[in-house]
Order: sequence, then C-alpha cells, then structure tokens
Amino acid sequence: MLLNKRHPEEVLVLTKRIHEPGYDGSIDAYLKHGGYKQYLKAVEMTPEQVIDEVKVSNLRGRGGAGFPTGMKWGFVPRQSEKPKYIVVNADESEPGTCKDRVLMENDPHLLIEGCLIAARTIGAQLGYIYIRGEYRFLVEITERAIDEAYKAGWLGENIQGTGQTFHLRAHTGAGAYECGEESALLESLEGKRGVPRIRPPFPAVSGLYQSPTILNNVETFAAVPSILEMGGKAWAALGIEKAGGTKLTCLTGHLNNPGVFELPLGYPVEKMINTVGGGIPKGRKLKAFIPGGSSCPVLTGDEAWPLTMDYDSMAKAGSMLGSGGVVVMDETTDMVKAALRIMHFYAHESCGWCIPCREGTTWLKKILHRLDEGHATAKDIDLVGDLAKNMLGRTFCPLGDAAALPTISIVHKFRHEFEAKIAHTAAPPTAEQLVALN
Amino acid sequence: MVASDVQTVTININGREIQAPSGQLLIDAAKQSGIEVPAFCYYEGMALQAACRMCLVKIEKMPKLQAACTIPVAEGMIVHTEVPEVIEARKSMLEFLLSNHPLDCPVCDKGGECELQDMTFRYGLGESRFTEIKIHTPEKQWSPVVYFDSPRCILCYRCVRVCGEGMGVHALGVVNRGVVSEIAPNLNDHLNCDECGACIDICPVGALTSGPYRYKTRPWEMNHVGTVCTHCSNGCKTTLGVKNDEIIRGNNRDRSGLNDEFLCVKGRYGWDFHRHPERLTSPLVRKDGKLVEVPWSEALKTVANRFSEIAARGGTIGVAGSNHTTNEENFFLQKFARQGLKTPHIDHHRTGDVVALLDALSGSTGSLGTAEDFLNSKAILVVGADLSQQQPFLANQIRTNVRHRQAHVYVVTPGPVREDQTAKASVRYTDAGTLDRAVAGLHDALKAEPELLIVFGDAIRGEQVKRLVEFGASFGTAVKYVCLVDHANSRGASDMGLYPHLGPGYSSVDKGMALPEMLGDATLDALWVVGSNPLKKAALASSTAFVVVQDLFLTETAQRADVVFPAAHAYEKSGTITNVCGQVQRLKPGVRTMGAKPDLEIMGLLAKEMGLKLGIWTHDALFEEIRRTVRGYNVPLPLIQTGGAASTEPVNGRIALDGRPELVVSSGDTLYTSGTLGRYSKMLNSLIESPGALYKA
Repeated sequence: MLLNKRHPEEVLVLTKRIHEPGYDGSIDAYLKHGGYKQYLKAVEMTPEQVIDEVKVSNLRGRGGAGFPTGMKWGFVPRQSEKPKYIVVNADESEPGTCKDRVLMENDPHLLIEGCLIAARTIGAQLGYIYIRGEYRFLVEITERAIDEAYKAGWLGENIQGTGQTFHLRAHTGAGAYECGEESALLESLEGKRGVPRIRPPFPAVSGLYQSPTILNNVETFAAVPSILEMGGKAWAALGIEKAGGTKLTCLTGHLNNPGVFELPLGYPVEKMINTVGGGIPKGRKLKAFIPGGSSCPVLTGDEAWPLTMDYDSMAKAGSMLGSGGVVVMDETTDMVKAALRIMHFYAHESCGWCIPCREGTTWLKKILHRLDEGHATAKDIDLVGDLAKNMLGRTFCPLGDAAALPTISIVHKFRHEFEAKIAHTAAPPTAEQLVALN
Repeated sequence: MVASDVQTVTININGREIQAPSGQLLIDAAKQSGIEVPAFCYYEGMALQAACRMCLVKIEKMPKLQAACTIPVAEGMIVHTEVPEVIEARKSMLEFLLSNHPLDCPVCDKGGECELQDMTFRYGLGESRFTEIKIHTPEKQWSPVVYFDSPRCILCYRCVRVCGEGMGVHALGVVNRGVVSEIAPNLNDHLNCDECGACIDICPVGALTSGPYRYKTRPWEMNHVGTVCTHCSNGCKTTLGVKNDEIIRGNNRDRSGLNDEFLCVKGRYGWDFHRHPERLTSPLVRKDGKLVEVPWSEALKTVANRFSEIAARGGTIGVAGSNHTTNEENFFLQKFARQGLKTPHIDHHRTGDVVALLDALSGSTGSLGTAEDFLNSKAILVVGADLSQQQPFLANQIRTNVRHRQAHVYVVTPGPVREDQTAKASVRYTDAGTLDRAVAGLHDALKAEPELLIVFGDAIRGEQVKRLVEFGASFGTAVKYVCLVDHANSRGASDMGLYPHLGPGYSSVDKGMALPEMLGDATLDALWVVGSNPLKKAALASSTAFVVVQDLFLTETAQRADVVFPAAHAYEKSGTITNVCGQVQRLKPGVRTMGAKPDLEIMGLLAKEMGLKLGIWTHDALFEEIRRTVRGYNVPLPLIQTGGAASTEPVNGRIALDGRPELVVSSGDTLYTSGTLGRYSKMLNSLIESPGALYKA
C-alpha cells in the first residue's frame, strides 16, 4: 500500500478518511465516515447549483492542464438526443505522478461518489473509469468497490429512491501514456487504436461515442464531494485566488521523506521540500526541480526556491503545475542523463500519429544517448535544442510539447553539463557509436 | 446545392482577399485560389487526419501554427502561408520525415512521381542533419498485388482510409506505436481484400508497390495511354503505362473520366492477357482435321470463298457478336451479316434485359440513370446484383454517396452483399416469387424518398422489368433506372443491334434465329463468331457447319473452328464503347501485337475479299455513321475526342420484344474473373481470392 505517514503540514480534505486509523476503504467504512452524503445533497440541488458550487470552488483539472472544472461541466449541452457519459481518466502515467492510485486504492468510493454527482449534474446514466494498464491491482479494487456500491444501492437503477440511474464500469488501458490524453483515451475506450482526435469538438460536446461526455482526472472527481460538503467558497479558500482547494502532491526524487501529500494550492516550494519532504539527503543543494511531472519545463534550484505550488506562479516561472508529480534533483544529478531518461520515455510512448513527435522523440533520444556516452560533438547540443523547438507547438497533441519542453529547458539551463560531455573532436561518430533502435 | 444556399466568407491569404464558402476547409479554399498548402495526409473526400503537419499555416490571432486541413474558413481570417515561421515548420517536418526514410529514390518505383520527393525539392531543407542509424525493416509481400516497404512509409494513413472508407474493405490498419508504427494488414500477414490496388495508387511515396509494376521501369520511360478498361461494363477510364509494347501498369491518377481515380483489380492489373504465351498471332485454318498456321491472305480467301458460296446458295449463316468489341465493330458486323451475307441470324450473349427496360420506359424522359446518379441520388434500390463484385465502380459510387451525402440504400439480393453494411434495409429472396414480394415490401420506405435510382441485374427480366417500372412509377417521385449488364461493351452490342429481331437503335428488322437456335440448328451451314465463346457451355448441333472465329485465344469455340483469326484486344485498338449507363467513351490503342488485327480490320478485309460494298470501314467513318443513323448516338464529338464520357440519349418509344427473357443470363463474373480475358490473366488467376464468389460478402 503506497501510503506514507501523514505530515502535520498537510491539509486533509480528499485524503481525510484514508488517514483515519482502521479505515479500509470499504463501503461500510465510507458510509460510516459520512460517505455518499454529498450525493444526497446534490440530489436536492439543481444541476446549475452544483455547477455553480464547482465554479465557485475554483477547482481546476487535476490531470495537468488545469482547466476550470465547473466551466468544463457547463459546456455539456443540457438537451441532448444522445446519451451522456462520465469518463474518469485514471490513466495516471505522467512520470513522477502517483496520486490517483492513492485515492483509488484507499478510498475508491470517494471517486464513485464524485462520478455519481457529476452524472446527476449532467444527466448521464453510464460512466467508465479508464484505468491504466499497469494498474492491474487497481482494477480489482475498483471493481470490488463498484460491486459494493451496486449492492448497497448507490449504483444501478433508482439509486436510493431518487429515480436516478447510473451505471459505472472499470475499463483498463493497455499501457499507453498517450491514452492519458483525453481524446486518445476515448478512442481507446471505444476499442480503437489509442491515438488522439482532432479537436474541436471537445468531449463535453462530442466525446465517448460522439456523445456529450464529462472527462476528468480521478482527483478532480474525488474533489467534488468535499466541495459540496464545505461549500465552494470555503473549499476555494483552502487554496489561493484563482486556484482553490488542495492538491495531492507527489514528492519524488532526492528527498528524505518522499510520498504523496495533500497540500493547499499556493504552498511554498521551499517549505514543501524542506519541511514536508524532509529536505534533501546529506544537505545537498537543489539542482533541478520538476513541478508536475516530466512534461513540465525543468526549473533550476534557484528558480524554484521562491515559487509557490500553484498554476500562475509556475506559469510565471516558465513551467507548469502539471499533475503534481514533483521531481527533486540534487546537485549530484547528471542532467544529460536526466534529459535522456525523459526523452527515452517519450520516444517509447509517442503514439506515432504525427510526424514531428514520432520522428523527433526517437531522433532526440539517439542524440542524447550519444551525448551521454561522450560520442557527440558541439553541433549535437544545438541540434537537440533545435529539434525540440521544431517539435514544440507543431505536434498533433500535447505529447510532442511534453517531450520538447523539458528538453529545451534542460539544454538551455544546463548547457555546461552537455558541453562537458562532448567529444573533443570534429569527426562524425563512427558506426559503433551510433545508437540503433532500442 | 443552390448557390444562394451557400454563405460565402471573405478571408485573406498572403494579402489576397479570397471568397470561400463558409465551412470550407482552409486548405481547399487556398487551393482553389491557386495557393498551395502542401500536405501528405490530407486527401479530399477522406477522413481528416492532421497527422503529417505539413499544412501548418500562420493564422493571425491564433497562438500556434494551425493545420490548414482541419480549420474551416471564417469571416475575416487572416492567413499567412509563406512567412518564415511557416517555411521553417515545413522544412522541419520534411527533415523529420526524411530522418528514417531510406532515400533510395534511385531504385524506388515512385522516384519521379513521388510526393515526398516533390515536396522535398520544393520545401525541404536541402541537407539532412540526421546522422543516426536509420530504422530498417524488411520488405513484405501481402498479396500477389501488394508489396510493402515500411521504411519508405510516411504514415499518412491514406491507404488505411481508402481501403476502409473508400472500398468498404477495411483490410489495412496500423500496428506498433511511435517511430516503429507500421501499416499492416488487419489479417495477420496477408491481405484479404479486393486487391484493387487503390492503396498503392494513393500512396504518396514508394511504400506500397504493385507486383506487376515494381522494378520494371521508371515513370518517365513509359508512354501513358488514356483508354477505357475492357473488363466489366462500368467503363472506367484507365491510363496504361506502356513500355516497349508491353503494358506495365494501369491507373487513373489523373482523375480523368467518369471514375475519378477509382479502378478495381481488373482495371489496374488485369491487362496481362496481352502478353499471354497462348495468344494467337497467326490465322489458323483447319487442314486434315488440324488447325494450322497460314498467312492472312489464305485465311481470308478461305473464309470469303465459303461465305460467298453459302450466301449464294441461300444457306443458313449464323453470326454471334461480342460483348467486348467496339460499337463500330458491332455496327459493321450486323451490317456485314444483314447486308453482306443477307442473313437475319445474328445475336450476342445478352447479360441484362436492356431492351425490356427501354420498352417499359417508353414515353418517359430522363428515366435512365448515369454513373453520376449513383453518386448523387438520395436513394438507391439495388435488386439482384452483387455490385461490389460485378459492378465495382458503381458500388464505389454508392459508397461515396453514402459517405458524403448519406444516401439511403436498399438492397434486395439472394445473398449478403457489401452494400448491406450501409443499407437502410437489406432483404433476401430465393426465387422470382419471393423477389417480387421482397421488392414490394419496401414500397412505403421507397415512396417516402424524394428521388430514387433503381438498379437491377439479370434476376429482373422480361415482364418483371415492366412490373418493376410500374412499381417505380407508382411512387410519383423522380425514379431512374439502370439495367446492369456484364461486359465492357454489352450495352453497345445491344444498342448496335446484335439481336435477331432488332437493328441498330432498336429498330425493327426481319426476325432471325437467336443464338441457342443457331447452335441447335443441325442444318446450319456456317457460324461466324466474333469475340465470343458460345461453345463453352453449349454444343453445336451442325457437324458440317463452317465455323469462323475471331478471338485472342484458342477458346472452346475456336477449337471447333475451321478458320480462326487472331484478334486484337481493346487496349490495341481505336473505337468507342458504351458503358452500362449508356455513356460512350473512346478507346485509344496503347500497344500492338505482331500478327493480330483489330476485329474491324478483319471484317473489313473479309468484306473486301468478298467484294462487298459495305462502306468505309475505319472507326472514324463508322462512328460518324453511327452518330448519324443510330438513335441516341448523336453525341458531341469534342467530348468523346478529349476522353470524356458522352451520355447517349435514351431511345424513347416502344420496342418490339422477342419474348425470350430466358436468354438474358449474366455470366456471373466476379471481381476476379472476366470471361476469356480473365482466364488468360495470370495476375487475376494468382489471387488467393480468385475465383471469388457472388453473394458471399
């Protein structure tokens, strides 16, 4: 069970039950701790009121893009000839991110209640939880929870006598990062190849089976019950202006106390590393900082220290809050290796749909590999930066940007480390020095 | 669409004001104004991909470059296609594309007509910065037709789309992901498809190549001859690639003709009968019971003498015409028979009851459907025909219609057909009785359609045609009809009067014997068979009949012949043919075969040898005569001369029927068979699907 000890600095909203002693995530435990009450509250409210509360709460999508959730729900057409769907993006695959699994593993009914409220709000009768292929064990946990909910009358027909019908299914991906992109997820869910769709139309209008669909991250859905419980205003006040509430933050990398912590938005980076994360081992210095998963531009230690963990602060510093997958790299880190590892991931995960991402990621991987091995020349450093820039903003979906952004920032900010590794020769690499596929 | 229905918007591309219909894609709007926005994956009429990223353009007020292939034009849009940002983006895309491309242009089939090559020259970087090891995967053969060289592939998904959306076959897909993504057959390692080769033609690079063409030539070494396919009745335009009097490919990439770029396996690859080793190249005369090669003069003299002798003593001569020979040849043949040999006994294998349809439609105008109607009609009723097997182009028209205009298709067939996939209703029948009931059952649905195209095969003949037309007339809506026939000039044979009771233009003539009677007449003195093989399925009753055959091969009928003339095929001759919808097109000779002569020349020489005065026997002169004398054939010459398809005007008036509907029998050719020509096509015979089967979709 991936659950670290709670830290006193944490503000427990989504994870409050998880840390209760003896809490096992079963429906009995959930109900005992006030579970499903917010759904009954939502039943008393009009859909507009629910959406308004979510809007007031300033909840922004927790998958990484940070789109305001209330606005997204508002885009779903009221009247629709087609059925509407709820889809949960549980394809948590951003490197450094492991928060959704904590919620699903320890408190699966929270997610179900969030879905139920969303379904009630837009009038959906069917929902899917799309779980990443590698999270096999979560499929069992989720299915068990869904079973419990059906048996206890919180899913199915005429839920708790409200007349509402809502069915929920767990569906597993097959291990493709790309399927975390919402439109590729929908393709995959429909049984097709996991490649992104042309947008617009967006899922709210034409999503699963070309029908209106609410598609949100696990954490986003899981936040909804607490918003109704506290009221949007109070929930928003947990965070800062423009970004309400708390965020599950995954502290990974060179830290004494890594783990998943629920911190309010706007939490200072320095405090997060030194207090919550227990500081960097052996008193080493922070060299590089990834705020929210490997697709964010990398910040240097100096850049990162004064920042706070929220959307605007990170954007101002030229990065993104992303999915909450914080990666802390101390001064011993080899940044060329870091860039290579990141690019290896994206080259492996590129779906192959569009040219710049398909060809660019692998090309970059090969050059970075040579750079790391010391078989590259000074020209190759510029080439890395150039190719990444050529991908940026020109790919079909954000995966290309996700691969380009960290690379550009690493080459730019840690160029001296690349230079230290280059071969001091103008001769082109020999055949042995070149990198074959894989 | 009426012009006033379309809202136009004004956009600005590169400083030029351009009017475009609202909702049009930017890439099309630019193209229509003469501004090229390069693209690989965008293909008009196919689903949008936005995958190749070549069409990125700068649109003001938008933060990033936008793919012109998925952006609809909007009022006031300001677009730049030639600014440095866009030029740079194109260069980088081509650099990415070429990074794993083998650059084997000098040995690639596509070199010289490759879109990647063209784009690289026009928009590329000039040099490559890629110094890594390229990914290589071995070439694969998916069928006798289709070869796949993955490293050349740029993954534009055109092949996947043309196979799925265009052909309705869905034989191709994509496997793996990322840089090792690869086009692959959906069925393990081979294709189970129509073998149409559309994927090969549509491939912008040399990734998909065809078995018959690969490594045979460079594109610029061929002559390109635009003619009409000689197989089924659809009349697809095909451009033959000819080198040293050999046909090495057929395609219609220039999109000329009524078929746009559509061709089926027969049109693209079914021309190899041309160089078949068993092709006849010398006249044969039976001597001592054996057919021996003789000079043309001797063969002509032998036939002329016998024909003159039999005609002079009033003997019985039967003439069997062809479904493949040109209108001019058919016209001249019936003239030869009726005026020269003075025999009324002339017929051909009837594959569809065109006569009954024309008679039933007497008095109505605009009731005959054209190939365009298959593309545009709001509703189509298919009765007793497996279109995708027998009429592949018409089936493609219907698929395109459904895709773009959501046509309603109704199917009444004895078994499953591909049209079932998109049909509003599919009904099965077992015999004539259930057929009538099946059609009648659709009455209400069909009546509700604003217009209807009724297409029927040989299951509907004689009185049934009349009943079907009455059924259609009862709706009170615009209803058009197409009577399906089998072969390249079946319709022309009918129009030119290869009937025992009808002359050219369905004029009444003195009635002679139909084909079965000729064959069954024990006292028949002579039988003249031009491009046909009646003795394949029937016996000749007269053991003493003098049999003359004109054909490409020693068919069952030719083996019984006393004299055989080696004939030229349609790709070797001029003339016109008429397709299933009555549209006339012109043939152009692309190749020659030493020793063989066009049927018209054989007939002309024979007439000369017999001293008959049948007029000038050139194609041009005869076509003039046909235009002048055959009802409906006064078609505009310029259209024909420039490779267009001219619709004949339907005959409007009652026609004398001979009451022999049982003679109308389709030959039952499938997508992979084509009568005698198909039997001598190695390509068609090598296909694993061959011989295929009807109603097994």
